[in-house]
Amino acid sequence: MLKRIGLPILLALGLSIGAADAHGTVPPPPASPLEQALSQITSGDEAVRDAALRVVVELGDSTLISRLDDIRANADRPVRLAIKPVMDLLRNRAKLESPDPDSRRSAATDLGTSGKTVAIPWLDQAAATESNKWVRYTMRESAALLHLAGDDHSAKISAVRTLGDLASQNAVPALQEFVTLGTAAEATEAQQALAKVASVSIERIETWAAWSSAIETIFRGVSLSSILLIMSVGLAIVFGLMGVINMAHGELMMVGAYATFITQELFKAFLPTAMFDYYFAAAMPMAFVVAAACGMVLEVTVIRFLYGRPLETMLATWGISLVLMQAARVYFGDLTAVVAPSWLSGGVQVMVGVYLPNNRLFIIALSFVCVLAIYAILFRSGIGLRVRAVMQNRNMSACLGIPTRKVDAYTFAFGSGLAGVAGWALTLIGNVEPGLGQNYIVDSFMVVVTGGVGKLAGTIVASLGIGGLNKLLEPSLGAVYGKVCILMLVILFLQWRPSGLFAIKGRHADV
Amino acid sequence: MIRSLNMLSHNHIPSASRADVGLAFWIAGFVLLILMPLLNVMPAEDSWIHLSDFSLNRFGKFLAFAILALGLDLIWGYTGVLSLGQGVFFGLGAYCMGMHLMLTIGNESVYGSELPDFMVWNQVKALPLFWKPFYSFPVAILGAILVPTAFALVFGFLAFRSRIRGVYFAIITQALALVAWLVFNRNETNLGGTNGLTDFKQLLGFRLSDPGTQRALYVLTVLCLGGAYLLCLWITRSRAGRVLIAVRDSEPRVVFSGYTPANYKLFVFVVAAALAGLAGMLYVPQVGIITPAQIGVLPSLEMVIWVAVGGRGTLAGAVLGAVSVNLGRSLLTNYFPELWPFILGGLFVVVVLLFPDGLVGIMRHLKERIQNMRVTALSAEEGLR
Repeated sequence: MLKRIGLPILLALGLSIGAADAHGTVPPPPASPLEQALSQITSGDEAVRDAALRVVVELGDSTLISRLDDIRANADRPVRLAIKPVMDLLRNRAKLESPDPDSRRSAATDLGTSGKTVAIPWLDQAAATESNKWVRYTMRESAALLHLAGDDHSAKISAVRTLGDLASQNAVPALQEFVTLGTAAEATEAQQALAKVASVSIERIETWAAWSSAIETIFRGVSLSSILLIMSVGLAIVFGLMGVINMAHGELMMVGAYATFITQELFKAFLPTAMFDYYFAAAMPMAFVVAAACGMVLEVTVIRFLYGRPLETMLATWGISLVLMQAARVYFGDLTAVVAPSWLSGGVQVMVGVYLPNNRLFIIALSFVCVLAIYAILFRSGIGLRVRAVMQNRNMSACLGIPTRKVDAYTFAFGSGLAGVAGWALTLIGNVEPGLGQNYIVDSFMVVVTGGVGKLAGTIVASLGIGGLNKLLEPSLGAVYGKVCILMLVILFLQWRPSGLFAIKGRHADV
Repeated sequence: MIRSLNMLSHNHIPSASRADVGLAFWIAGFVLLILMPLLNVMPAEDSWIHLSDFSLNRFGKFLAFAILALGLDLIWGYTGVLSLGQGVFFGLGAYCMGMHLMLTIGNESVYGSELPDFMVWNQVKALPLFWKPFYSFPVAILGAILVPTAFALVFGFLAFRSRIRGVYFAIITQALALVAWLVFNRNETNLGGTNGLTDFKQLLGFRLSDPGTQRALYVLTVLCLGGAYLLCLWITRSRAGRVLIAVRDSEPRVVFSGYTPANYKLFVFVVAAALAGLAGMLYVPQVGIITPAQIGVLPSLEMVIWVAVGGRGTLAGAVLGAVSVNLGRSLLTNYFPELWPFILGGLFVVVVLLFPDGLVGIMRHLKERIQNMRVTALSAEEGLR
């Protein structure tokens, strides 16, 4: 009753507390414990101040934050330092009820690392009504972590068990401390009991961590493989058909990436912000068409004249790649970024310790779609039939009336368009820069060479193999020696299969 | 039979007579070996014919590159095997020499330690074992030739034995260049990391900053280039050389004729690697620095363009190409640094597309033109009479 009457008046007065204090006048006597505590916060006596802060934490809520801020602004350094954690606590407590699961989760994490046992009931309460599985998980984990810092022995033991159940990686240092304490010579019985439970929990946590890191490694391998696959399919089709490795493939990817960037800028400039998230979808056909057009120009002006001279073609396309790269550097400058649309940022947590970013998942899905689309075109359409015929026997196809030169040109444009799509996808995981195409290009050449000519399956298996091996070897050998290892393996592999995994069988004089 | 293979070649094959090395070789030798050092030493500094120390030194670098280009011409121009990894062999030679030069710095280094400076930064306490032999100068010289040779022998054996060729071989060697670049960039390989080896002081007691030393190195480079040229000439005019050209023009036929192309390719690949190592060895003391940036994918490709510009399949073309492209590069990057990649890229396209025989081809073409004109002029004159 008293509080209800006093509060409006005091709120008004409270705003002047700091100022009044600074002038050395005594504030009016407060009417509630909370108000009393608030007025004592600035006290010079540490004990009084701490008691006041405890009261504020227990009775207060997030509405006090702005007032505390005012108090803080006028207080001296030790007081400011004392108030800060209290404000954080209150803020996080309020955030536990926020509608956004990410901020609920981060609040719970913060509370868990704050070491303030007052937060335990808040977390328990929030966990009871929480609907999101992973937020609930974090709340329980944080509550258990806070229990570890408390004094209650049985609560500690059960918290240690809970953390083991939760496979909480964050708890390992604290648990390890219990083990060292418990195994020391002067350990009490309680400490020893705690150490026993803690070591069991640590073991469970570590087993789980091993599993989850294995799963993450596999995911990373698949993710890299899908990037390589997306990059190599276009290359492989052209190689299969024309026997030509297009060294400018990486730069055609760059063209696709810049097409995406330009689409983004156009959306920013001419369309309402509500439409912005759709730019990424719109950029896909853009990237394909622009890169395909570049490829078409390339074919008509250069590649066509080098037919049957694959090495010369390689050199010429390399020259073109240099020109394209430098042109991008001069025109766009070194760094431009594409903002991933909101539906592709963030990620999915599948299990404790395994978090899969959406953009990687998207690229994996995209590589599936690409392969299916190429398969459909090559094996279920008239033009695909012609492409395959030329691939198998160019002269015979020409005799049967297939316009082989036209098939070459369209296939080259199609392969280039696929490079553009790959560039579009790569904007999700890196900056758009002139060197974008160079990052993985030698790897994708290796994929094509290992996969062999003319079979899609070879490219798929080779990119899975090279990408997977890369990530498998990386943890133990490091990225560089992993690459060295892969090169050696590829060379050894070619000893056994000189023309790749799936070579077209035929009666050509292959000596 | 060799005669019949001979017919397959599109390119002009020099006949086995010694006379046509003749004049151009001796003129070039005279200019490079005698005239240029003389122009450096004799005239007064401000005279217009004076060749500055810097220019002579820079030219020495180009001639070192020309040695490498000769090897690359053997493997690509004559045998038709495109190696995009010559930079690796160049780097191996250069690093062998560089390691020796690092060790001769002694206490003159910035930190005054017996260890090379970068090891002091990286807190390496003792000299790694593989550095120790390089205290000796003969070991460094031998190493600069033999390490790339041995490496090429193993790599080439595996590659050619399993009949990796054409585009496949090019890609594999490019991957090799990438991997070598990555490895040399690492700090824990104790090769100086990204910064490479530099800050050399002396070679066999001669100061490298002394113009006299640099002049001697230049002369040495010219002599090595001459030797390399004669070696390549001897190889290409031998019976083996004919087989190389035959492999380029039609490998299946060579096999059907009872030869084993893999052995010839391996031989010439190893020779090319040794020449690249020699080039690296001569390059380092003249330029004073070797970093991984000089041995990666892009430099290795640039080496191919030297040969292409000069004219593949002719030894003079390789030398001419290496010197002219590098001269152009060093002039143009001075004035228009942004333009150089365009020009280099454009060179790749234009040379491959329009001038497959390079500068030598253009010159030959012009010569024929002039001869034809003279012939027509003569016959016209006769017609008038």
